[in-house]
Parts: sequence; C-alpha cells; structure tokens
Amino acid sequence: MSNEIAPLTDPGLPEHIHRKADVDPRAAKRAERQVGILFLLSVFGTLLFIYAYVGIDESIFIFLPIMGTTNAHQLFLGLGLAMSLFFIGMAAVHWAKTLMPDHEVIDHRKEQRSKDEDRSAFVATVKERAGEAGLGRRPFIKRTMGLALGLVGLSPILLLRDLGPLPENELNETNWKAGTRLVTDPGDRPLKPSDLEVGGVAQVQPEFPPGKERHLDDIAKDSVLLIRIRPEEFNLDPERLSWTYEGIIAFSKICSHMGCAVALYEQTTKHLLCPCHQSTFDVTRAAKVIFGPAARALPQLAITVDSEGYIVAKAPFNEAVGPSFWERDSK
Amino acid sequence: MRFISRYRRHRFAGPFLLLAGLLFVGISYTVAQAASESAVLNTSDKATLIAEGKEIFARGCSSCHGLNAEGAGIAPSLIGVGAASVDFQVATGRMPMADMSHQAMRKEPVYNEEETAALAAYVASLAPGPAAVTNEELAWERSGDTAEGGELFRNNCAMCHNFAGQGGALTQGKYAPTVMGVEPKHIYEAMLTGPQAMPVFSDSVLTPQEKLSIIKWIKHAENEPALGGAALGRVGPVTEGLLAWTLGLGLLIGVAVWLTTKAR
Repeated sequence: MSNEIAPLTDPGLPEHIHRKADVDPRAAKRAERQVGILFLLSVFGTLLFIYAYVGIDESIFIFLPIMGTTNAHQLFLGLGLAMSLFFIGMAAVHWAKTLMPDHEVIDHRKEQRSKDEDRSAFVATVKERAGEAGLGRRPFIKRTMGLALGLVGLSPILLLRDLGPLPENELNETNWKAGTRLVTDPGDRPLKPSDLEVGGVAQVQPEFPPGKERHLDDIAKDSVLLIRIRPEEFNLDPERLSWTYEGIIAFSKICSHMGCAVALYEQTTKHLLCPCHQSTFDVTRAAKVIFGPAARALPQLAITVDSEGYIVAKAPFNEAVGPSFWERDSK
Repeated sequence: MRFISRYRRHRFAGPFLLLAGLLFVGISYTVAQAASESAVLNTSDKATLIAEGKEIFARGCSSCHGLNAEGAGIAPSLIGVGAASVDFQVATGRMPMADMSHQAMRKEPVYNEEETAALAAYVASLAPGPAAVTNEELAWERSGDTAEGGELFRNNCAMCHNFAGQGGALTQGKYAPTVMGVEPKHIYEAMLTGPQAMPVFSDSVLTPQEKLSIIKWIKHAENEPALGGAALGRVGPVTEGLLAWTLGLGLLIGVAVWLTTKAR
C-alpha cells in the first residue's frame, strides 16, 4: 500500500475576464466620461487655488462645523491644491484601470550573469585603455592623483571632530555656588523668605554678576523651583532638612529622566509632575519619585539666607542635574 | 369635564400628567426660592454686608466648611483666605461644589454679584487675607506688556495651563483648566490666592505689574486668529497626531485598496 499522493498539476493561468469597457462600447464611453470628469475636477481645484490666492483676503475667517473658525484664504488654498493634484492622480489610475490595454503578457526572467565573451571583452578594454592613458610612463601624475584622492577622503573624517569636544566636567557643574542669590526668572529680583507664602512657588535662576549674560545653556542647567510648604509637613532626614529654610525647599527644575522642566506643582498634594512623561515627585520627601519613568529624585539645592536676608544657595548642587549621561548611571 | 373623562384613559394621559406635575412643582419651587433670596439683599452697609454674608455662609457653605469657617475633614478652613479667594471661587461657580470627586470646576455661579460680595466681606472679616481686586487695579490694557506677559506665562503658567493657555491634565483626574475666556479679575485672583492645586504667586514673585502683563498676554492669545487653518484645540501634537493617524492614514488605506482592485 502506498501513501504517495499524486503531485498537483500546474493549474496554469486563470481565464482572462474581459472588463465591461472592453466588450461594451457604452461602458467604454461611460469610463471615458468618468476620466474626463475627474480631470475637470482637477481643473476646478487649480482654479479654486488661483482664486483663493488672488481673490480671498487673508483677514476673512469663516465658521465650519467640526473645524471651527478657520482662515478662508488658507483653507481654500489647501483644498484647491489638494483637489488639483488628487484628481489628476485619480483620473490617471481610473483611465489605466478601465480603458488602457488589458492583455496579459508573460516576460520570463533573464540570467543575471553576463556572457563570458562580454566579460573578457570588458577586461581587455580596461587594460588596453589604461595602457593608452600611459600612467606607467607618467609617474608624477600617478602619484599626485593618488595623493589627491587619498586626501579627499580625509576631510569627512576631520568633520567628525564636530561631535566633540568632550563636555569634561560641564555636566556636573552649574552656576550655583555657595552664597549665590536666587533671583526670579524673568525679572532677576532677589527673594526674601517673606516673599513666598505657604503654598507659593517661584521659578528662579542664580544671580549673575553685572555684565555676565545668561544664555540658554545656563538656564538649561541652573533652573530651580522654589516651593514653600509648612515646615512640619516635611518628611526629610536631618541633613536634607538643614538644606531647607523655614519651609522653603529648592529643587532643580530639570527632570532626572529626560530633562524636561518639572514645574507642575500641585499645592494640595505637594506633588511635582513632569509634563513630558508624568514622572511624579513628592516634595515633602526630597522629591522622591513616586510615579513614572524617572530613576532618581530631583537634585535638591541647599539654601539659607545671607546677611541682608535674601535667600542664597548654601552650597552648589551635590550631584549632576538633569538626565543620566554616559559617565553617570541612573542611580 | 366631558373633555377629561374622554381622554383620561388615553395612552398618553399618564406621561402627560407626570410632565405637567413636574413642571408645576419646578416652577413653584423656582418662584418660591427667588422670592426668599431676593428678600435678603438690599443694602451695602459694611456691617450689614458681613451679617448677610454670614447668613448666606451658614445656609450654603457651613455644611462643609464649618459653622465658623473653621474647616472640617472634607473642606479647608477659610479663616485668612481673604476676599480675593472667595470672589474667585464663588464668582466662577467653583463653590459651592457640585461633586466632590476630583476638583471643583467652573460652572454657572450659584450666587449673584451682591451675594458673592457679602460672602467675601464675611470671610475677609474673619482674618486678614488678600482683598478682592478692584477694577482700578486691573488696568491690564494700559499697563500690561504682552511680550513680557508671554515670557512670564511660559515660565510660570505654561507647564500646567498649556503653552497656548488651553489647560492640561494633572494627576489623578485633576486638571489645570483653560484660561481662555476667564475674566481678568479672576485670573488675577487665581494667581494671588492659588486656588485648589494651583500654587500661590505672591506679589513679590510676580509683581502686580507682571500679573497684568500675563493677563494681557492671555487676552491676546484668546483673540489670536487661527491662521494655519483648523487649530484643533491648540493642544499641539495630540490632536494633530490623532487626525494624521486616523483620517490621514485611513484615507491612504482607502486609496491603496482602490488602487489594487481590478476594474470590472
């Protein structure tokens, strides 16, 4: 007894079904009309575009359901251009599908490798022409050409220098030093503890000596959020508690996850929320991460007041602010 | 009477009677309430204003905030919150609260202007606090600076209220409401008092002049025309992405399907 099954026979190509437009002249006429109408719609779109450009004033706003109040000039420019391009494409496709020749053609694959005589002829030609160019007889050209071509490859390599220089210690340093005053951003006004009410916040930057300009690079590292809560609400170890002043606590505003500005402070829950990935920090516990992808707490800035009563930094940040980087893990 | 006896077994008679009854009760209730409320207020003398405020407070607020506004488990103490806070919370309809789930939202105010003023006077009389702003202080059109206001808004407000002032989500169902269409007075009072989850922006952190600049910028943003076509709520990539992924991709899929179907 044999288990062999007869192999399937090649079913061949399915029978060619003619389109309606191929057999019925009335259907062909109808398809022709449809293609024509599509082209005319494109014409209408272009005319609408031209009219919107010249004829519709930029100050006209119209109300459309769902879209709301919209600028008519821009709306019809867009609609016109979209129609003019879309309907050309649609007409071309409809034309090809309904009226263009529909007979089936078989085109067998060719071998990719060139014939042997073509290959040897090519090698012979290269050798012959190289001899004619006389590179062997003119060593000066040969060497200078080699030098030129070799050096040209160097320039893109040189441009890789732009990936550097290495930041050295810059990522670990900010403009906060012991005794730097906290000034409002913007406004540059120094703050006294009495300026902040319980439940109040202030966005601050380090005070710069006159003449020194604050750049975005500085703001990206120095931004600090000052928050005042009731001192008894803190849940801090003695060291961190000594970094606060009468219920005022300062944190780096740069998220330890991806560096967004963490400043969504909820007065009721004492939570700080990062708008980018919803990392949530608990202000009463030194910005401990209580939700979200951030791996570590926001760096806390130790603050105190100076002899004139203004809030100052007691010490620079004791860790790098912002997200992790190559030399710094997520701990 | 023949009319009634003819239709009393009609199949719509029951629902009709129910509707008529509800309508009657509703109207009589409204009339009765309006009469009692309008009887309360007619003078603006300060002592009487405070007394009136106290009465309204006892009726409408004390069940949560305590008989002497001392607060209870469910509602904070109102001693020392000041007239500005009362004006903001009551005049924007946030207080009295409709439901206690996440946060008080803006709605049609329950108390009219006079009643709000009386309530504010009463709460302000308990302990000093920020006073309600007067219209003379609110010269934002004259003394505000739109550009400065924009910078201040982006630095102090935009993280919660969105860069175009459209509002945004906070944690656990709370949200920062939109600042579009809010009375300048209420914007000012909100910054001054820090209602609900919003922190306080005291006058040294944001000077009165800076607060006016912020208001001017908000009013400018409110009237900013949508030049780029549909603004899609001005919340940025969320709605734009949604539209591109659903409408845009849907359209492309439709075209792809049409391209590959054979013509008959």
